[in-house]
Amino acid sequence: MYEQEKCKFAKTHEWAFVEGDTATVGISDHAQHEISDIVFVELPQKGAQVKAGERCCVIESVKSASDIFSPVSGEVTEVNEAVTADPSLVNREPHGAGWLFKVKMSDAKEADALLTFEDYKATL
Amino acid sequence: MFISNTEKEKQEMLEAIGVKSIEDLFKDIDKSLLADNINLPAALTEGELTAEIKKKAALNKGLVNFAGAGIYEHFIPAAVNAISSRGEFLTAYTPYQAEASQGTLQAIYEYQSCICALFDMDVSNASHYDGATALAEACGAAARIKNKNKILLSSALNPEYKQVLDTYFKAGEALKFEKAPLKDGTIDQAALKELLASGGYAAFVLSNPNFYGCLEEAQAISDIVHGAGALLIAQVNPISLGVLQTPGSYGADFAVAEGQCLGNAMNFGGPTLGIFTCKKEYVRYVPGRICGMAKDAAGKRAFVLTLQAREQHIRRERASSNICSNQALCALNAAIYLTLMGPLGMREVAEANIENAHILKDMLCSEGKYKLKFDKPFFNEFVLECPIPAAKIIKAAAKKGFLAGYDLGRVDKNLNNCLLICATETKTRKELEDFASFMRGI
Amino acid sequence: MNNYPHNLLSIEKSSALRRGVQIRKAGKRAGEYLDGKFLRSKPPLLPSMSEFDTVRHFTNLSRLNFCLDTHFYPLGSCTMKYNPKAYDVLSGLDGFSSLHPYCPEDCAQGTLSLIYGLEEQLKQITGLAAFTLQPAAGAHGEFTGALIARAYHKDRKDFDRSEIIIPDTAHGTNPATAAMAGCKVVNVKSAHDGRVDLEELKKVLNPKTALVMLTIPNTVGLFEKDIKEISRLTHEAGALLYMDGANLNALIGLVKPADMGVDIMHINLHKTIATPHGGGGPGAGAVGVCGRLADFLPVPRVIYDGKKYKLESKSKKSIGKVKSFYGNISVLIRAYCYLRQFDGETLKEIARGAVLSANYVRVKLAKYFPAYFDEVCMHECVLTIDKGVLPNAKTLDVAKMLLDMGFHAPTIYFPLIVPEAIMVEPTETENKQTLDKFISAMTSIFLEAGTNPDVLHEAPKNCPVKRIDEVSAAREPNLRW
Repeated sequence: MYEQEKCKFAKTHEWAFVEGDTATVGISDHAQHEISDIVFVELPQKGAQVKAGERCCVIESVKSASDIFSPVSGEVTEVNEAVTADPSLVNREPHGAGWLFKVKMSDAKEADALLTFEDYKATL
Repeated sequence: MFISNTEKEKQEMLEAIGVKSIEDLFKDIDKSLLADNINLPAALTEGELTAEIKKKAALNKGLVNFAGAGIYEHFIPAAVNAISSRGEFLTAYTPYQAEASQGTLQAIYEYQSCICALFDMDVSNASHYDGATALAEACGAAARIKNKNKILLSSALNPEYKQVLDTYFKAGEALKFEKAPLKDGTIDQAALKELLASGGYAAFVLSNPNFYGCLEEAQAISDIVHGAGALLIAQVNPISLGVLQTPGSYGADFAVAEGQCLGNAMNFGGPTLGIFTCKKEYVRYVPGRICGMAKDAAGKRAFVLTLQAREQHIRRERASSNICSNQALCALNAAIYLTLMGPLGMREVAEANIENAHILKDMLCSEGKYKLKFDKPFFNEFVLECPIPAAKIIKAAAKKGFLAGYDLGRVDKNLNNCLLICATETKTRKELEDFASFMRGI
Repeated sequence: MNNYPHNLLSIEKSSALRRGVQIRKAGKRAGEYLDGKFLRSKPPLLPSMSEFDTVRHFTNLSRLNFCLDTHFYPLGSCTMKYNPKAYDVLSGLDGFSSLHPYCPEDCAQGTLSLIYGLEEQLKQITGLAAFTLQPAAGAHGEFTGALIARAYHKDRKDFDRSEIIIPDTAHGTNPATAAMAGCKVVNVKSAHDGRVDLEELKKVLNPKTALVMLTIPNTVGLFEKDIKEISRLTHEAGALLYMDGANLNALIGLVKPADMGVDIMHINLHKTIATPHGGGGPGAGAVGVCGRLADFLPVPRVIYDGKKYKLESKSKKSIGKVKSFYGNISVLIRAYCYLRQFDGETLKEIARGAVLSANYVRVKLAKYFPAYFDEVCMHECVLTIDKGVLPNAKTLDVAKMLLDMGFHAPTIYFPLIVPEAIMVEPTETENKQTLDKFISAMTSIFLEAGTNPDVLHEAPKNCPVKRIDEVSAAREPNLRW
């Protein structure tokens, strides 16, 4: 759905898929693999303001709690309740049904500064 | 004492390590730091120690107890301590290695289940330090849920609890506490409604029975609190729930309690047992350990500490609480106690408390010398207005072998002549009569 | 060998007609004293069991546990040393257990004198000026200490001190404590030898530092060689030095923390002072402070006027109360008893014995599970798996294999800076024969891991249950019947 090749990545392993002024945000396949079995996702609240590079939600496995940093700034317009109900979606489809939230970007240029999939892969 | 190796074995171990003397193992410590002046008295043998401690115990003077105010004297069946003093429970560590700790873990699960059943709440943790600190955690959780920093407290909250809340949140300046007024010993509902309407409160803390022993109109209060969009935190007496309405039934979002009364001795106020419960939607806000039922690799029922990513050892500075060690053995005592009592025993013990307290109240108030300060329904505790200061009565009573109650003048000068008196199921009719007769004679 | 009792819940053994205790019945029902609206509508779903069934149920549960009385329990950082039985009996004497906390002081002289006595003993051992015994656990003590530090700075009108410096090796409670006290956590990286890096410390110390919080010896089992310099730098920056006393067993009787410049510390009485862990508590986190901080301790304080012991609540500077009443008294009495069985000289043997045992294990296992920091350790050693030799072995597997062989597992995956950490704290109360058995068990696990690593993944096989599906437990929590 949000193919890797069409996403932009943060060094902290989040991806952003940009359509117009809205970015859909999730975590990379590498990140979900590292975290392993995800048992809980704490999403930001709809309407919240997020800032690029700042922590905005937490993903838990049995033995870890990982901060998720928003790759872009703006207002959270939608959160994916499906991952709250079934956190394993993030493991199974990190670039599909396991997306986390959507942001109405305040500065579209921020997304341009993110890594391409190729560049991101090189950092791993 | 208690060092197992002989000199010969120590020597063998040093040789294996490849050092000449034990001092070589401490070479990292600057010589100037080595202490040579630890001044402890001559060590005692077990026999000598036993004699000394028995002498100390004898210096305490046992009184026929009519005090409650947070710690209650109840009958503890011998089976409680017989079970919990088994080394398998007493000398085990926190059950992090689940496969080697199924006994402790299942007992925690049963404790959580018994507490949830008694309170009619969805979730209980494995225990907290005491009622006061459990309340502090509930206040913190409510503030985070509502994203507001003001909490409204009943003015009839145990003053020890208020002191602990103040200490917990003073430094961080994270929470502000305000008090809702009383009317004749219970919450003034009109005033509560007005205060809450001003908004800004994350939660209201109801104490029920309250510190003065009075029962609150919990359902009406709950409706007011929830109507104003705040959360309800109930602080209750677990023994009373054998018959009294439960926090779950009136919609409390969090319910906390001091659980000492469930199979734990008074012990001059500790060890205590903090009971922490909440509705299931707030499970992520629960502090400390929680045990869950699970399955092992062979599909067999098993128990394990769960939802651990909330806790300090994983979340570190992001954890909402720093609690690690809790009061596990006290929780085990409570689980055994509740299992022995069952639903019937809990009803009977609660009814015996109600009856003894009411009989004593009638005995004390029959002649007009004393009167009930607040004319409200009560459980096992009530406030008696006396013609002289309560402190004087307590002093005189101690000489006659009674602990007459709690001097409310300690916390409120207006109540200098008021005694908070408690009569649990432990009091015989003769003890009630003797105490009443002493009181009449003052 | 799997003859463990079946793990039915009490509620599943319940039968409505049984009861475990007979209470003298009230003459009248609750409804005759109280309006029906105050009463619960249906009885709670508690088990109905006879006393005998209850005893058998819980006794059988207890048999599913490893415990110190039955197993070697080398949990690093936890000091699982023998808990002398006399203290259980003595602390439970009726004179102590039946005392109400609001009884007149005259009637509590025995208990008050023991609390006072324990404070005196701890003052002697630490060199600190005053103690509170109110905190219920180590983390609770840390919180108390952090509040004292904040109150002290505030009292000096030094309002900006809101940062707490904590090394990356610290227990999770340390940063969580700092956050609870409303402080910002400033992490300081350890040097390559596992100790505090002085240069890094200098970089982070600043006029906002309230406290430097160190575990001594640290969580990798090493003594902070530069402690005098750390203390000097801390004080020079206007901050206070906090010692997490979780590892005091390595130093007891040998070094007084006050001599290292420690201003505040907590002692886990359930570790160093030998009181039982109870499956997770109650413990006690006694907090000691230097003279200039004594006024900030929680109230009430126990004082002695030469004739009587009293509870003193008047203190303008006190942080207040961190717990109702006065602390976990029966734990405190046990601790008093323990220290009463030592004098200044024999006390040293505790630390010496603990350090000797840890180094013995470290050296004997060096070929198989090398110490991560290859040097003399204090009371515990942090081992690791040499991935060059055992590429497929995991610490978790080693831990579970140990359970099968009749040993409790060491602390694993902590401290966080050590990969595949296996933290062994044998304590002074285990004898050489037990240590040798443990060493040989670890050796055979090493050999097995080299030849047949799959066997390790399947462990434990001889425990009451096999490995537990923790993922499902967390995703679909079942927390009560």
